[in-house]
Amino acid sequence: MPTLAAVLLGLLLVWLVVNFVQGPAYFITIFFIGLTLGAVYALVALGYTLVYGILELINFAHGDVFMMGGMFSATMILSVFHLGAHPSTVSLVLAVIVSLLVAMLACGVLNAAIERIAYRPLRNAPRLAPLITAIGVSFILQDVAIGWKGPSYTSVPQVLPRGNVFSISGVTYTWEKLIVVLITLPVLLALIWLVQRTRQGKAMRATAQDRDAAAMMGINVNRTISFTFLIAGALAGAGGLLYALYFNQVRYDTGFQLGLIAFTAAVLGGIGNLPGAVLGALAIGFIQAFNEGLTWHTPGSDWTQSIVFSILILILVFRPEGLLGERSPEGG
Amino acid sequence: MRRRLGESWWRALSGAGLDQQRWRSWPAWTRRAIKATVALVAGLVLIALFGVWSSSALAIAAAVLVLVVPSWDRLRVGGRPVGKWIPGLAVLGIAVAYPYYLDSMPQMPVFGPFPAVSTMVVMAIFAMMAIGLNFVVGYAGLLDLGYVAFYAMGAYMAAWFASDQFSNKHINLGAVGLFPGWAGIHLTIWLVLPMAGIATAIVGVIIGLPTLRLRGDYLAIVTLGFGEIMPQVAQNGNDLFGFNLTNGTGGITPVDGPGFGNWAQANLHLLANYLNAGNFDAVFFWTALVLVLIAVFCSSRLRDSRLGRAWVAIREDETAAAAMGIPLMRTKTWAYATGAFFGGVAGAYYASYRSGTFPDDFKFNISVFILCMVILGGMGNIWGVIFGACFLAYLNQEGLANTGAWINAHFHSNIQVPNYEFGIYGVIIVLVMLFRPEGLIPSSRNAAELHEGVHDEPLYDVQQGGGLPEAAA
Repeated sequence: MPTLAAVLLGLLLVWLVVNFVQGPAYFITIFFIGLTLGAVYALVALGYTLVYGILELINFAHGDVFMMGGMFSATMILSVFHLGAHPSTVSLVLAVIVSLLVAMLACGVLNAAIERIAYRPLRNAPRLAPLITAIGVSFILQDVAIGWKGPSYTSVPQVLPRGNVFSISGVTYTWEKLIVVLITLPVLLALIWLVQRTRQGKAMRATAQDRDAAAMMGINVNRTISFTFLIAGALAGAGGLLYALYFNQVRYDTGFQLGLIAFTAAVLGGIGNLPGAVLGALAIGFIQAFNEGLTWHTPGSDWTQSIVFSILILILVFRPEGLLGERSPEGG
Repeated sequence: MRRRLGESWWRALSGAGLDQQRWRSWPAWTRRAIKATVALVAGLVLIALFGVWSSSALAIAAAVLVLVVPSWDRLRVGGRPVGKWIPGLAVLGIAVAYPYYLDSMPQMPVFGPFPAVSTMVVMAIFAMMAIGLNFVVGYAGLLDLGYVAFYAMGAYMAAWFASDQFSNKHINLGAVGLFPGWAGIHLTIWLVLPMAGIATAIVGVIIGLPTLRLRGDYLAIVTLGFGEIMPQVAQNGNDLFGFNLTNGTGGITPVDGPGFGNWAQANLHLLANYLNAGNFDAVFFWTALVLVLIAVFCSSRLRDSRLGRAWVAIREDETAAAAMGIPLMRTKTWAYATGAFFGGVAGAYYASYRSGTFPDDFKFNISVFILCMVILGGMGNIWGVIFGACFLAYLNQEGLANTGAWINAHFHSNIQVPNYEFGIYGVIIVLVMLFRPEGLIPSSRNAAELHEGVHDEPLYDVQQGGGLPEAAA
């Protein structure tokens, strides 16, 4: 089996190198698109990994919380700030920051409420019970979005500037891509600080390791779990804002597909492992961008989903602990 | 059902101030008279619910009372307990005769008219799929979120072997209703159905072998992955290295209809071609009923077999089952293959009924839709699963539109209820899992498992001052 993996990786490398040689500038531009996609996926994947780490629950509704984040952001930008295309810098910065905070707060509260209503009563049930409920919640959120915004795309104006940050011998990097990364980075740093350095983070890690032992040490387990859902929802809200700003449109089913892709990213990196989720998200972002952008022997965007899910299946079957690995998804 | 009725009878009695002892001390004829009066009142309420004092509503009430009230299980003929068969056979008879008395049925409250025969066909097909999924989810306890892949496989099997798709071939094996100048492979549907089942079962084994080592939620994700890949392959399959396998988004149409051919019509009085029949939908409905009956038979026989008991053992405790010598992989793979078989047959039959196979029919939503049927009806219980399938398939086909029309007419609102179809299923899933995880018609074994839970009472849910947690309820 290792030989097969080595051969596959070798082929992948050859494919990348040939594509790079055929058009280096184009290749790097595509690389930047992958980086941006990866940043958005990372925010969503972290939510999956946080919740799985603490409850061993695949929160199917997470992608839809992300979609609701996009809806909240769209509402803020359209109805509260009335931004059109190309707003002034001051109003843009103000609007983006306020929208970010609102979306994060709203999605965090939404996610914590979902946990309280739909998952907590099932904590002692067989493991499949909350998973099934999560699917139900996912459908409910989608229909809430249909009822709120209708079944067609809600378009968001192009508020982020599209000018070039730099353009060196055909390699261009636009402001909108940079801004996405610039918003993602501080959020990620804040999360790492929260989990590694604060008392609440310590409680989260303890609860993830052993809930009963944590309870005996005086940690309020239920509150810690709620807090984890709040944080995961806030990350999804931030992701939703970035998605709405970068792709300029949100629809009720946006979150479902993207959620599955982000979940794949979390599994790829090793579910329950925070740096792993970011790494996996970047990897999936690059895979998607290269698959949809490159030209030499590329399956194309028709097959993106199949490729991503094939990776998911292969990882789960052959290396269930993911790239970085933490806990075995066997559940054991 | 009967025990439940008995329990509620005693509860109603004690509510009226009568305990069991006092009730029993009364003479038999008094008790019988009281019971008959209560049954009569219940019947009248039922008729009142239907809103019309028509003879058909009376007939429905009478049928329900006759089926539910007497103790059929105690009936013995010549010492043999035949009674337990009577309600099932009666329901079957009512179902078979449905196309004949549909026109004289009254309006239902809120839901409007009784389902048309074409809806009944779809209900029967989905019942078959739900029975198939029940093997995997209900018996073996493996959550399959990609069941639609099996449905798709069956449908495409029918489309490949009973249509003009492969136009460079010219094969005809008992197909009916071919036009002059036909091309492609045309096998008779009676060959295509088992072929589709077996091919789908093989796909199930291929999917299952590498993935069934995973437990619980990870298996669910892998099956979901397959369920997402399958429709994409179907959608993009019009150019697989230059070969047109699935005809892409256009789908494959028309697919041959069923039929027995002219010889069988002349000699055996079987229908030559369903599509030429006057009561087109009814013929399809009866055939679907036969398929459902076969599925029910296999399901109930397998449940009590060695294999079925092994499935239940795995569902309840995988480690213990392995320790008792149950081969985990083989047993799980059989559950998968069996479930896939019925999904494939149902898919092929549906393709034949709709005369086409389209990739849009195989979205993740359908997997959840079928799962919802199993959960709502009661995981592991055949009758529950059939009920869930019929009810949800009916809602999907007619019920939601009718209900929406009723709501809009009575509350002067303008809600497009069918738009919220999947949200309604979501609400059903959440409510059932929270309040009645064993489903509406549960199997007692699943119910016990779901109420006991699999974990001990966690320490952190112990109430302050409550002392030690009580022994696991």
